[in-house]
Amino acid sequence: MANFSLKVNGKTQEVDVDPTTPMLWVLRDHLKLVGTKFGCGIAQCGACTVHLGDNAVRSCQLPVSAVGEQSITTIEGLSENGDHPVQKAWLEEDVYQCGYCQAGQIMNASAFLKRNPNPTDTEIEDAMNGNICRCGTYTRIKKAIKNASSISNA
Amino acid sequence: MTLIKTTYNRRSFLKSGSLAGGGMILGFSWLASCKPTPEQVSNIPKEWFDINSFLKIGDNGMVTIMSPNPEIGQNVKTSMPMIVADELGVDWKNVIVEQAPLNTDIFQRQLAGGSQSIRVGWSGLRMAGATAKHMLVAAAADTWQVDASEITVDAGVISHTASNNSAGFGDMASKAATMPVPEEVKLKETNDFDIIGTDRRNVDGPNIITGKPLFGIDIQEEGMMIAMIIHPPAFGMTYKSMNADTVKSMPGIKDVFPIDVYKDDTEKQWSDAGSIDKLVAIVGESTWQCMQAKKALNVEWEESSALESTEGHDEALTKLLNTSSKQPARKDGNVASAFKKADKVIERTYSAPFLAHNTMEPMNFYADVTAERALFNGPIQTPEFLEKTLASRLGMPVEKIDIKMSRMGGGFGRRLYGTFGVEAAVISQHMKAPIKLVYTREDDMTQGTYRPTYKVKYKAGLDKEGNLIAWHVKGAGSNDDLLFENRFPAGAVDNYLAEKFSLETNVTTGAWRAPRSNFVAGAEQAFLDEVAEAAGKDPIEFRLELFDRAIKNPVGEPEKNDYDPVRYAGVLKLVREKAGWDGSQKNGVARGVSAYYCHNSYVAQVLDLATDKKSPKVTKVWCAVDCGIVINPMAAKNQIEGGIIDGIGHATYSEMTFEDGKPQHKNFDTYRLIRHKEAPKEIESFFVDNGIDPTGLGEPSLPPIIGALANALYKATGKRHYNQPFITEKSVIG
Ligand code: FES
Ligand code: FES
Repeated sequence: MANFSLKVNGKTQEVDVDPTTPMLWVLRDHLKLVGTKFGCGIAQCGACTVHLGDNAVRSCQLPVSAVGEQSITTIEGLSENGDHPVQKAWLEEDVYQCGYCQAGQIMNASAFLKRNPNPTDTEIEDAMNGNICRCGTYTRIKKAIKNASSISNA
Repeated sequence: MTLIKTTYNRRSFLKSGSLAGGGMILGFSWLASCKPTPEQVSNIPKEWFDINSFLKIGDNGMVTIMSPNPEIGQNVKTSMPMIVADELGVDWKNVIVEQAPLNTDIFQRQLAGGSQSIRVGWSGLRMAGATAKHMLVAAAADTWQVDASEITVDAGVISHTASNNSAGFGDMASKAATMPVPEEVKLKETNDFDIIGTDRRNVDGPNIITGKPLFGIDIQEEGMMIAMIIHPPAFGMTYKSMNADTVKSMPGIKDVFPIDVYKDDTEKQWSDAGSIDKLVAIVGESTWQCMQAKKALNVEWEESSALESTEGHDEALTKLLNTSSKQPARKDGNVASAFKKADKVIERTYSAPFLAHNTMEPMNFYADVTAERALFNGPIQTPEFLEKTLASRLGMPVEKIDIKMSRMGGGFGRRLYGTFGVEAAVISQHMKAPIKLVYTREDDMTQGTYRPTYKVKYKAGLDKEGNLIAWHVKGAGSNDDLLFENRFPAGAVDNYLAEKFSLETNVTTGAWRAPRSNFVAGAEQAFLDEVAEAAGKDPIEFRLELFDRAIKNPVGEPEKNDYDPVRYAGVLKLVREKAGWDGSQKNGVARGVSAYYCHNSYVAQVLDLATDKKSPKVTKVWCAVDCGIVINPMAAKNQIEGGIIDGIGHATYSEMTFEDGKPQHKNFDTYRLIRHKEAPKEIESFFVDNGIDPTGLGEPSLPPIIGALANALYKATGKRHYNQPFITEKSVIG
């Protein structure tokens, strides 16, 4: 066990955990931020996506000891009022079915749009390919991302 | 208006104190498009008045509607309350939705499965709204001393024009709650609906996009520990022994012990199918610690029955299809003599592998069992049945068992089988503490309850004019005999024979989205395409001719046929028109068509593949649906899109195989699911507008798309596809 001081959603938080613990479980079990989801645990599904600085990363593959000073943003901290352009676009398109994969989809999409505010369809597909949606909401996700790109560019 | 007796499950309409409240995450319909303004937040009423089990009305006119059924992503939590709200006459923006408690005395069939929630719930939901409206009107009539029949209700406002009186629902709520429940109520005419048939966004949308703890796996309770299980590595193996000493002393680990999930005298329900009766449980402070312990623990297993393999399953199914059944499932005319007379005879065999459900949220359940009572919370499609099993296993009356229904991260049939709930109960009882049982993806994928593996052989005979004169189908599956013998083309062919067989295996199987149909539709529709080609006919025309026969002069007793040929033909004609189908193939595009009926709904699809790419890509799907009245078109289309993507994905990429009883895929690195790049570019859905009572939509769009895909792939590659997943036949799409 070791102590870590983490910057999560703009707040500094202390945890005492095994240094190998993936951030996914630090968030879910220790910080009670359960919006970040467990899907596979082996970097295959994207359900656990969070932002490390500005980058979308898979928190199931990120040991708490590797985080250091970098800030972490989870779905709970993406916006204060649930009004990030990507969240708004998701509401508008009524994207979700079960909803379980969507935090990961939203976190990946929001980091991607920051890098590439005007993506083509192919760029969207490439960027999002690591996020599985078992319910099959892919066509709506793509629409919502295009929509979000126009909201934030407006 | 339709006058209808409220005898139907009348207890639901009597006042009850069962409405849940505090501490739950509510679905606010008026938050579905934006963040609440301070004004809206203060709109939470000071006092609520229970009108009946489905709804309560606040002193300010807000209405809380209970959503009775479990939510697995089929969106019943929005669409079922919409039905109540429409009959009630409330403005949807003043509705709050709550998940109802499990209470099958007052709510009917609290189960998510078979695409039946809306179809079965329809009348009761309408009556719940209409009864409440009746009581509000009665309260107003009494207050104003006017005739109730002169009173109108619109968007939460009750008015009597002649006396110039009007009041909001909130003003009348307390009095309405004391009014007698009417013996009969008037239901709206279908063309008077103003919420039903309109696009309404998912009431949980704002909670989903902000990561609120909606799912079973998100549950956190005071003093709760994490529990995990280890199940046998192979079907045919069972627990022998373990040495848990070193693992028990690992950091955070509380206990490691074998459990008997069921006792010999436990009364099992159908929902306990696929159970593994002896497991190892690991309980610890955190998930990661349990995962580490799970890896470190050495468990010995022993063989208890045959260790089966995919090759063995395949051979056994083939063998079954080469036998004849003594009692055919259906027989019309004489196929043998018809085949002798036929100008052309075509015979083809199709197969599909076992499939895991792979709900995105792995199995999990919260349990807190004490000697006095047992509390549960989690994702379960069949809470009522789980409760019965728990009562028997824990030796406790159902009254002492409370199951809350969390939102589910997918169901697809997997959560019909609630053995994980029983496991959680037994572990909590042993620990004398609340626990949350969580499966890893590997546990989830290798546990079983799979979609059965199937094989089907079709033989068709055509006369010189290309008329279908004989049809012989033989179907077989693992622990499931596959066929629906009275579905199309039964009733449309003079000589028809259906034989079915079940192969007993110890690989456990269960319902998987659109059971049986999920394979047989694709096979049948691909075969029909080949038969139409042999007959020299357009595949839509060919099918329409057969429906025509079933309409005008059905073979056998018409009531035996499990489909309505008029509605079936209707969706085919609609999709033909919408897709501009003229039988021709455009350059760079390969088209396939398919139609199927299941779960009381009719679906026809046209699928376009772009062939100018390295590998064919689905560019567009047109989908025509007849599911009667559509409650929420926006959500209905979501279900259709999901079913189509699900069908294309599984038929193309997914399979579970076995060696020595061991599942050969454990996670998404080798078990392939469809991804963004492989999904259709566009899906367009169309509904037949016929005012018929609504039917299911969670499943019907999946089965036929596999046929449409296979038929388009043939046009694209010149090769017919008989064995799923198609990727093994080297036709990669996407
Ligand atoms: S849980 Fe991290 S990628 Fe699947
Ligand atoms: S919405 Fe269910 S997994 Fe994506």
